[in-house]
Amino acid sequence: MELLGLVNYALFMAIFICIYALLALGLNIQWGFAGLFNAGIAGFFAVGAYTSAILTTAMDPDRIGGFDLHFIVGWIGAMLAAALVAWPIGKICLRFRSDYLAIASIGIAEIIRLVIKSEPALTNGARGIASIPRPAGDIGYMESQIAYLAIVLVVLIAAYILVERQFNAPWGRMMRAIRDNEGAAKAMGKDVEFRRLEAFIFGAALMGLGGALFAHFNRSITPEAIDPMVATFLVWIMLILGGSGNNRGAILGAAVVWIIWSVSEIATDRLPHEYAVQAKYIRLFLIGLMLQLVLRFRPEGLLPEPLRGDLRSTKPGADR
Amino acid sequence: MLELDELVMDFGGFRAVNGCSFRVEEGSVTGLIGPNGAGKTTLFNLIAGALQPTSGRIRFLGEDVTTLASHQLFHKGLVRTFQIPHEFHKLTALENLMMVPPSQPGESLFSNWFSWSKVKSAETEVERKAYETLEFLELSHVAHQRAGNLSGGQKKLLELGRTMMTDARLVLLDEPAAGVNRTLLRKLETKIEILNKERGYTFILIEHDMEMIEKLCDPVVCMAEGRVLIEGDFQTVRSNPQVLEAYLGETTGDAA
Ligand SMILES: Nc1ncnc2c1ncn2[C@@H]1O[C@H](COP(=O)(O)OP(=O)(O)OP(=O)(O)O)[C@@H](O)[C@H]1O
Ligand SMILES: [Mg+2]
Repeated sequence: MELLGLVNYALFMAIFICIYALLALGLNIQWGFAGLFNAGIAGFFAVGAYTSAILTTAMDPDRIGGFDLHFIVGWIGAMLAAALVAWPIGKICLRFRSDYLAIASIGIAEIIRLVIKSEPALTNGARGIASIPRPAGDIGYMESQIAYLAIVLVVLIAAYILVERQFNAPWGRMMRAIRDNEGAAKAMGKDVEFRRLEAFIFGAALMGLGGALFAHFNRSITPEAIDPMVATFLVWIMLILGGSGNNRGAILGAAVVWIIWSVSEIATDRLPHEYAVQAKYIRLFLIGLMLQLVLRFRPEGLLPEPLRGDLRSTKPGADR
Repeated sequence: MLELDELVMDFGGFRAVNGCSFRVEEGSVTGLIGPNGAGKTTLFNLIAGALQPTSGRIRFLGEDVTTLASHQLFHKGLVRTFQIPHEFHKLTALENLMMVPPSQPGESLFSNWFSWSKVKSAETEVERKAYETLEFLELSHVAHQRAGNLSGGQKKLLELGRTMMTDARLVLLDEPAAGVNRTLLRKLETKIEILNKERGYTFILIEHDMEMIEKLCDPVVCMAEGRVLIEGDFQTVRSNPQVLEAYLGETTGDAA
């Protein structure tokens, strides 16, 4: 029994790590490669989660939909919806300096949360949407956890391969150039505004997918789940700690931070009741402390941005 | 090929370019000289679209380009270097050059997923050209170093190398010789001559090294305090009393 509980816990944690790794990959596209300071990850996460929920749940007379579609349709819909929301935001905000985007994106994520919370027809207000079907959800509990982990893992690996290819391709080189020196990239003919928008939308789509995976795992989604604390702040820490500009770093960071985050919950749960309120802040403090230590001793993160030029076939200075 | 008409550039209350007009003929190497702070670099920024002039017009290849952005001008064949190197510091030297060629198939998200072989063959070609350029600039040994870690002179060369990675019509060079050693400098001069004579590139060259100006440039434009002081061949400009006073110093002879 003890062992079973442990395995269960590990499965649970692994699924969450995969979901967070998707969010961190999305942020890595935006921040690590394009230098865009998106502080509203929770917003895209929410759009993805709710879109997929609405598309895949059974018909409900109290709200619009559900449409009872296949979960794959829901997930693709989640990516498209997040991308669609990102488009006007990027169009307006990316022209300004990066700090404007940070402020604007916090605000927009908050607006999205409030709309979701107070809007009955589409998102069912504060009660949220329940009975979201989970793929392979109707087999035994443990089997279903394993099956879902497998699905999430496949999605993550696919996303990793797709993103990694873009990064090693001329597209990634161009994005890194824009990040490093905007003026020179413009002078070398790169349409900086358009390319940033591209990266912003690309990243947002992955965040939306992360949201959808979360909603289906949880089988329900409520406005509480869109807490900027866990949906934005944690993801940032994962990326910075893992190494921004490095996709493997993003995934490693997601694993490390999530393990600390959830293990610290076990620890704080043992505290006497009167400390229950403080417990959350103790955990936050732990994460913050860890970020400080990494920034102090390994400012580039656990896995720094690799040199990418020599990844291709030609060996350095081969015949020259 | 390039016509500047009464260009004015104000920074707050300060007028850095003050009614500048001149023409650059196709196929020429035009020298742009003048004391520090004369407004030469600012003029480059205006021509290249990095700054919008307060007033005045710019025509390039018979077309009004005053309001075009720098990336649009690049696609019309206008390439520039920066006086203070603007390298992409986390990219390798090789990548700094490889990012330059316009419209690479791999710059589209979709071709990277759906026509990878086309992307790869284009990459091989771009890479070959980049290695060639690095070799010419004697930078092969640092091809895989981060550009941010190169020496000042090496960054300057990389800056120049970027202009060789594309088929340009007009190249703006902002003090390419500063900080570059003498033997390499002679090589650069030769390269500029070849690009000019054989490939038909037009150059505008800002330089404080009068030897280089004398060797390469005709005509020479001398600016001071945001205006064109005089324009003509090197000898005319050098012996002009106003130029002597404002820039080259009273003691004439061989200013170097
Ligand atoms: N962005 C800016 N904001 C304010 N003033 C500026 C700006 N750029 C240039 N200036 C001012 O414009 C004047 C001309 O500068 P510019 O860089 O064009 O000189 P320059 O002719 O290139 O000189 P040098 O030979 O030293 O490179 C200087 O007085 C400078 O202080
Ligand atoms: Mg200058």
